[in-house]
Amino acid sequence: MDTAMPYVLLSAILFALGVMGVLIRRNALMIFMSIELMLNSANLALVAFARQWGQLDGQMFVFFIMTVAAAEVAVGLALIVTIFRARRSTNVDDLAQLKG
Amino acid sequence: MSPDLLLFLIIALVAVAAALGMLFSRSALYAALFLIMNFGAVAVLYLLLNAPFLAVVQVSVYAGAIMVLFLFVIMLLGAERLGRDPEPATMRWQRPLAIVLAVVLIVQAVYVFAARAGAAPAVAEAVDAGPLNIGKTLINSYLLPFEVIAIVLLAAMIGAVVLTRDK
Repeated sequence: MDTAMPYVLLSAILFALGVMGVLIRRNALMIFMSIELMLNSANLALVAFARQWGQLDGQMFVFFIMTVAAAEVAVGLALIVTIFRARRSTNVDDLAQLKG
Repeated sequence: MSPDLLLFLIIALVAVAAALGMLFSRSALYAALFLIMNFGAVAVLYLLLNAPFLAVVQVSVYAGAIMVLFLFVIMLLGAERLGRDPEPATMRWQRPLAIVLAVVLIVQAVYVFAARAGAAPAVAEAVDAGPLNIGKTLINSYLLPFEVIAIVLLAAMIGAVVLTRDK
């Protein structure tokens, strides 16, 4: 295989599946996992581009995205736990009000 | 068909199947395990793409740390059984429309990339992407982002503690 194209195509497909997950699922945890899927597919595209150009910069970006994803998961899951304590639910349809 | 392409196809199939399994799983626990499978498959793809260090980080940080956090929260909340997602009272058309739009997005993205496949330049010589080189690049060219990301992590850590603290 002499181009990164198949990897970018796979990344596009995984990203679209993540978008679909965010749109069709109602559970906050499932929506969160779909977001992780999208972040991961973006990483795959970046690594593919880094390979195509023979440079490390793409891989460095993946490194930073992973770190941001870890931070995002920590805060996001803390939010979900807090909301669950208050509302006994992780269904996003139950969380339509900003008022606590 | 070259062995590389064959290997890629098999692993890509695993990744897409795991993603679909996650999307349509009834149990949050199984969904998380499917996602770990997807991350594992992508880690193998990183190996194929000459990114051995990232493959290890993917397994240890993503499939390891982050997903363990997910599993902890799922079990903590007792949210293993999602059951059938309840039909939303309003916007009944939203879910079918979402599936249609996602399919449109896939077709569009595949078309955009496939149409430019011929325009891609030849693949450059692979560089050494071992931990030594990654570390050198991180400290030499990406020092400021490296420092900023450390602060982001610290802020996230404090934020998580403050948010979940019992009043």
